[in-house]
Amino acid sequence: MELIFDKSCEGRGCSILPECDVPIVLPSDKDKRAKKLNLPELSENDLSRHYTELIKRTYGINDGFYPLGSCTMKYNPKINEDMANLPGFTKIHPLQPEYSVQGCLEVLQLAKGYLCEITGMDDMTFQPAAGAHGEFTGLLLIKAYHANRGDVKRTNIIIPDSAHGTNPASAAIAGFTVVSIPSRTDGCVDLEKLKEAVGEDTAGLMLTNPNTVGLFDKSIVEITKIVHESGGLTYYDGANLNAVMGIVRPGDMGFDVIHINLHKTFSTPHGGGGPGSGPVGCKKLLAEFLPAPTIKGTKVLSFEFNSKSIGRVKSFYGNFLVVVRALVYVLTLGKEGIPEASKNAVLNANYMMARLSDLYDMAYNETCMHEFVMSLEGLKKETGVCAMDIAKGLLDNGIHPPTMYFPMIVHEALMIEPTETESKETIDKAVEVFRALHTMAKENAEALLRAPISTPVRRLDEVGAARYPKLKYEYT
Amino acid sequence: MGTYVSTTERETKEMLEVIGQKTVDGLFCHIPEEVKTKGDLNLPKGISELEVRKKMENLAAKNIMFSSIFRGAGAYNHYIPSIVKNVAAKEEFVTAYTPYQAEISQGILQSIFEYQTMICQLTGMDSSNASVYDGATAAAEAIAMCKERKREKAYISATAHPDVIATVKTYCFGNGIELILVPEKDGVTDEAFLNANLYKAAACLYIQQPNYYGIIENAALIGEAIHSVGGKYIIGANPISLGALKSPKEYGADIAVGEGQPLGLPLAFGGPYLGFMACVEAMTRKLPGRIVGETKDLDGKRAYVLTLQAREQHIRREKASSNICSNQALCALTAAVYMATMGSAGIYQVAIQSRSKAQYMADKLGEIGFDLVYNKEFFNEFVTTSPGSVKKALSTLESNGILGGFPLTGDKEGTILWCCTEMNSKDEIDQVIKILKEV
Repeated sequence: MELIFDKSCEGRGCSILPECDVPIVLPSDKDKRAKKLNLPELSENDLSRHYTELIKRTYGINDGFYPLGSCTMKYNPKINEDMANLPGFTKIHPLQPEYSVQGCLEVLQLAKGYLCEITGMDDMTFQPAAGAHGEFTGLLLIKAYHANRGDVKRTNIIIPDSAHGTNPASAAIAGFTVVSIPSRTDGCVDLEKLKEAVGEDTAGLMLTNPNTVGLFDKSIVEITKIVHESGGLTYYDGANLNAVMGIVRPGDMGFDVIHINLHKTFSTPHGGGGPGSGPVGCKKLLAEFLPAPTIKGTKVLSFEFNSKSIGRVKSFYGNFLVVVRALVYVLTLGKEGIPEASKNAVLNANYMMARLSDLYDMAYNETCMHEFVMSLEGLKKETGVCAMDIAKGLLDNGIHPPTMYFPMIVHEALMIEPTETESKETIDKAVEVFRALHTMAKENAEALLRAPISTPVRRLDEVGAARYPKLKYEYT
Repeated sequence: MGTYVSTTERETKEMLEVIGQKTVDGLFCHIPEEVKTKGDLNLPKGISELEVRKKMENLAAKNIMFSSIFRGAGAYNHYIPSIVKNVAAKEEFVTAYTPYQAEISQGILQSIFEYQTMICQLTGMDSSNASVYDGATAAAEAIAMCKERKREKAYISATAHPDVIATVKTYCFGNGIELILVPEKDGVTDEAFLNANLYKAAACLYIQQPNYYGIIENAALIGEAIHSVGGKYIIGANPISLGALKSPKEYGADIAVGEGQPLGLPLAFGGPYLGFMACVEAMTRKLPGRIVGETKDLDGKRAYVLTLQAREQHIRREKASSNICSNQALCALTAAVYMATMGSAGIYQVAIQSRSKAQYMADKLGEIGFDLVYNKEFFNEFVTTSPGSVKKALSTLESNGILGGFPLTGDKEGTILWCCTEMNSKDEIDQVIKILKEV
């Protein structure tokens, strides 16, 4: 389809602003823009149609099944959106006096209380804008903790090789040296390797549990104990929290600091790549280092700036409207609904795995948590059809593919996370599609290698895109 | 309680049979008992949608909405056209994930490509990413882009937004870049200090244009200074100002960043906003975050895809240029729709009206003893003294439904940072003057 710039016509536009009612003042010549600004000029009707055309080429949760492993693509309730659009929230300036923003502060206080209870933490900040931002923030808390004790040798963060790529990346930008330890074949932490890795230089360990292959690491108490005994702290990546709410809390597993992805576990929409929200919770021993400002008070709420704080990680107080949505979700589900969500997430994943395991090779043949990983290595050897081809075949069947080629410790991985908001029928239908694609791989591999054929565009030349980057429209 | 689970008891039983378990709890039997949560979480009981709505409306009602706003300081009250809100609320855009599966994500990908193009237009730069969290993190990421071996000192002007300086400091605490604050003199960056204290090892300099006090910095000369020692020049710009003022590129910047909130995003108590980031061609492969590029599909059709991923964390792990994955895509889409709705002429109008109203208000305030602190050209914000108590002046305005300027603190105690946009009519401004005259 055409770009918005192709549709532009000089002289068109939307009528939005009144005439200026005060004398016009122009910038001085020294600072006046010289080069013409070229933005699209369209009528409102054409503009509206342009975006409607783009919508038809977009696939959201509302369009169908979205079992994207590790991303927790659950239904995004409409009441969340309504409440986040209340003018009493959207029209509030972040620098209004405290007395005039008590409602906003209460939203943050309530959300903090509930999320700390769900995770077993003592305190929390909402400044981080996404999961990776939360990781960075949490790691700085660990850094500040050791620095405050004068323990300057602790420069290493231990991360299993099954971890999401953001873990090592966050550790690196927080100034730590990454020590990668190999996982056992079941994706769990190798205790012997961990014991070898810890020492006086250990600042901490980063871990996801359930881990990135969808299994709960049974040695978790021993793992956090080994790290603590070495003098290090433990960081919990909350990417997979949707499996365990109300069942087991990171705080009780022995974690000192965590981040949560509100845009995964707490049903806030992903927006095609954000805005998310990555609140960071911590135990008491780290609370004084939390980003400033924090909120204090009971009846009348106010901001507080702790002198030991790591400072700011963002302007103002975080992605506030995302927190509003998450709060609405927790209030709606409550003490019964929160565990129910996790239980059904795990039920759905195990059901879908059970219905596929006679045909597809599961990376791990045991009870999974909220997601499971298949390995298509065998199928590829036999038929030449790889994980990518099955994924592209799903596109022709109206299903968003699972996460591909992650975790890296499983070859030809497809990671499937149905979430609790999918019905049995949806899963049954998806299972039939997966099974049909398997048959197709064996009987007509050629066809699958050509998929997708029913999408707006077919497979793309990604190598060419990276080799000769064209990152913007060139005006002629 | 509310629920979004549709599985019935009968279905649960059927599913458990297929799995080979008797109960749902059985699925969790491999979790050690000693860590399992005993009993219920200490949360309130779940409630119906109607009750949730009432509760949230009550919370929102505890905030005070001011009918007119003369406060900026990093968050700007611009008009948001209906079509902008409408497009940004479409379910498909709202509920999609990051566009990894390009074949079914051309809508999102194209919208980002169009956003990148518009940001390049606005800033004069060659390449833009798909956005970062906000203006402050954009500044921090830009500084990190400039770090090289033997170039590990970064300069930041004290006239930048305090939250930007604070955020940059935190990032530097992490990545080990030495941060040097260039002091403010008479409301602008102290050029004499800068020239006398520039090290050969300078990685970069960050300034804000217009600066925190609304003043237009001597940006071209400052750029020459940092370039003379081989450092990179980063300008943090108010995107609306770029409709009328020189672009970062025209001032000689290598990287342009800024807070994108003025481009159609509500004040929303500080977020979500978006950070825009663009740079000259030579630095493209150092940009953090998602970038969309144009390519072709098997049939030769024009198409878009996430590209240059070799920079990113999922490939490079600890060697990545940044850890960012989720950015502010929906906010970037909102900004793109805003820019397309306003067009060049519209953004110019917003810029000029904001500038003109600020001048009108500054003149009127001057007549009643709120004098300009700096005698320099400003954009849509300016600092004045206060003939009486700042607190009293502002609280009197507040009791009339008006959010006045922002009371500055520290060595600026006793002064007020005012802001005007196209939203402030002449009548509103005259009303402020009338009220303040009587304080």
